[in-house]
Amino acid sequence: MTEYTKAGQILKCTHCGENCVEETILANGKSFCCEGCKLVYEILDENNLCTYYSLNNRPGISQKDQPKNKYGYLGDTVLREKLISFSDGIKTTVNFRVPQVHCSSCIWLLENMSKLNKGIISSRVNFLKKEVTILFVETEIQLSGVAELLANIGYPPEINLADEQAAKTKTDYSRWYKIGVAGFCFGNIMLLSFPEYLTGKSVLEPSFKLLFGYLNIALSLPVFFYSAAEFFRSAWFSIKQKFINIDVPIALGIAVMFVRSIVEIILQTGSGYMDSMAALVFLMLVGRWFQNQTYHTLSFERDYKSYFPVAVTLLKDNVEQSIPLSKLKVNNLILVRNNEIIPADSVLLSNEANIDYSFVTGESQPVKITKGSTVFAGGKQCGTAIKLQVIKNVSQSYLTELWNNEIFSAKDKGKSEPLINIISKYFTVGIILIAVGSALWWLPSDFHKALDAFTAVLIIACPCALALSSPFTLGHIVRVFGKNGFYLKNAAVVESMAKATDIVFDKTGTITVAGGSQVVYEGEVLTIEELTALKSLFNQSSHPLSAAIAQSISTDVQSVVSSFSELPGKGIKGRSGEMELKAGAAAFTGAFDNGNIKSSRVYININGKYKGVFSLNIQYREGLNEMLHSLSSDYNLALVSGDNASEEKTLRSVFPLGSVLRFNYSPQDKLDFIKLLQSDRSKVLMVGDGLNDAGALKQSDTGISVSNNLNNFSPACDAILEGSNFQKLPLLIAFAKKSSIIIGISLVISLLYNAVGLSFAVQGLLSPVFAAVLMPLSSITVVAFVTVSVKLLAVKMKL
Amino acid sequence: MSAIFLLIGISLVVAVGFLIAFLWAVKTNQYEDDYTPSVRMLFNDTPSDNKEQTKPE
Repeated sequence: MTEYTKAGQILKCTHCGENCVEETILANGKSFCCEGCKLVYEILDENNLCTYYSLNNRPGISQKDQPKNKYGYLGDTVLREKLISFSDGIKTTVNFRVPQVHCSSCIWLLENMSKLNKGIISSRVNFLKKEVTILFVETEIQLSGVAELLANIGYPPEINLADEQAAKTKTDYSRWYKIGVAGFCFGNIMLLSFPEYLTGKSVLEPSFKLLFGYLNIALSLPVFFYSAAEFFRSAWFSIKQKFINIDVPIALGIAVMFVRSIVEIILQTGSGYMDSMAALVFLMLVGRWFQNQTYHTLSFERDYKSYFPVAVTLLKDNVEQSIPLSKLKVNNLILVRNNEIIPADSVLLSNEANIDYSFVTGESQPVKITKGSTVFAGGKQCGTAIKLQVIKNVSQSYLTELWNNEIFSAKDKGKSEPLINIISKYFTVGIILIAVGSALWWLPSDFHKALDAFTAVLIIACPCALALSSPFTLGHIVRVFGKNGFYLKNAAVVESMAKATDIVFDKTGTITVAGGSQVVYEGEVLTIEELTALKSLFNQSSHPLSAAIAQSISTDVQSVVSSFSELPGKGIKGRSGEMELKAGAAAFTGAFDNGNIKSSRVYININGKYKGVFSLNIQYREGLNEMLHSLSSDYNLALVSGDNASEEKTLRSVFPLGSVLRFNYSPQDKLDFIKLLQSDRSKVLMVGDGLNDAGALKQSDTGISVSNNLNNFSPACDAILEGSNFQKLPLLIAFAKKSSIIIGISLVISLLYNAVGLSFAVQGLLSPVFAAVLMPLSSITVVAFVTVSVKLLAVKMKL
Repeated sequence: MSAIFLLIGISLVVAVGFLIAFLWAVKTNQYEDDYTPSVRMLFNDTPSDNKEQTKPE
């Protein structure tokens, strides 16, 4: 069962398939990389669930870095009420988000949870949403027990404040119903109207004609009153706001068609246009549905609450107790463990802490904090557990205060008007003028013809094709983007992207690779003793570089460092056993500085002898240079960073001349910077990643959040870009720009169809057959055109 | 020709049947997840029982 890699003796973990580097645990003749993986295997083995391993090769998730969460706080009744979706007193249904689900083995295991605990009756996975719905008996297993069981088998459920507050809304299917009804009626009306299409004069007996007519009216009622209701509502709403959107001419056309058809059928003067009406409503509903197919598994509206923990460990009389975050009060004592997030501004009671603020401020190095200092909410503790005393409420902390800014309460930013609405204004006015004009022209000679012409113009001008062109173009573009790891909140983002004039980048995590810097050692090989001593030395220093290097040295042993001193601007020195240690600037350690200032370097000197150098390279994303270069010709570029200016030189060489580079910017400064740009009539596209960019992303015209893991936190934004596709950004923007050309051409096509139809309509010559052919035909032409052209464009641009 | 009355009645009833089937499918969330069922149907019903037969313990 053991497996050897080409390199030699490295075993692979039976559970997760990772190489067993740090330790190898052998059990049951199988190898595991950590205790966690072994534990999961044992649980499954005990319960005869090892089919898990036969469905996929090593399907598990490594348990090495999994924090062992405590779920005791789920006992809180308020929280419990918010989480469970249904309970009849005996059986309870709960929905958990399990982002770790990734393969068919996961589905199998999660759906066999009933074998692990008899309290669980059944469980069902929704793979696309990465959710598991569990039905359990609460007298047998608590809610917290279910969560712990999930965590134990390697699928820790993701619970956060946002979930807690989110209404348990299901996907809204009302549009599906409307489409279903409209499609059904449209098909049957077409069938009943078919005899009319064959010949000009009816071949049917009058009794049939009458029956078909009344059946058509009956079938069109649900279309008009149910399926088409949203067009009337939207048109009415826009007129009330003294504004004409595309739904106004649509609603007008549908209404005129409906009324005229009823009159014609009842008076037996004609067969009406019910078929065209049903077809239009059906096609337009499909268009809207297509446009609104977005990524509902991704969240674009997250604020700090989804980044913060749901529960904190409260220390009361030295007893640990898990309480929901909402119950945390000022002056509470709390315990924050390794990799946990500090929930509120607090004072440090432990001797020291190592806080990673990268997500909050953009600072790339963890900061060392000593007893009595304030730590800010949103920071992440790296190292041993620390004790804190809360000094501010969660919502009033330094970071969370940003969300009290008015921009977050504004429902929608004053996004620019979509092209289609601008056109529809002129279109509607034009159509009404033509209709009235042709009515006036016929009025003196023939009242009937005047009425015919008037209604015919309104019918034929119903801008179905016009209304379909942009939903389908944008819908297709959203799909092409999705294939390239770029997910839009909605289709309107394509248009706002295309209008951008300025692009603003954040630094840490956006143009640099998240996970910070890479520490590389060059020079003489160091012995284990030397490494241990150095690690201890660096641990003494509060300098960010020291912390990063100390973290990179992986020895568990500590040695005692005596006579430690820190010489500002030079470095640090100390004694460990027989070793005299010096670390710092080149001159201080007697090393030769070759003038390479691209990275931060720390030189090492042991016992008066120069040994080597640790260099910290900030890793920029691949293809950054090329990307900025290709953007520089069309856009003003800028960089706003919460980090210090140590990288300014490198960045100046990468960014084109004249770009604005700002450092030490607070989240509020970033927001104000965007505002300043916008006051100069610029359309700003902001690319960021962390909480510190949240204000700027919201303020910008298009906020794009870069994320390495889609299920991880990303702040409220208009679009999420996968980190691995970062260098595609110029291409994506160019593609969005091209979309307006495609929409433009399709608008011309639909207007041409309208012109042809109108030329008949003004003469009062519009026959039902002609309308029934022309109107769907124009829609289908437009849809086919935009579909093919977007696909071709994507192939041409290699997207 | 009166057969046509009957036929149209039947055709409408059949069509309404399909409409109801569609609405029912939407209502029972069958469009909620269109991937997991395709995986689920490939699992054996009692995989652990099969395992026990091959593994003497």
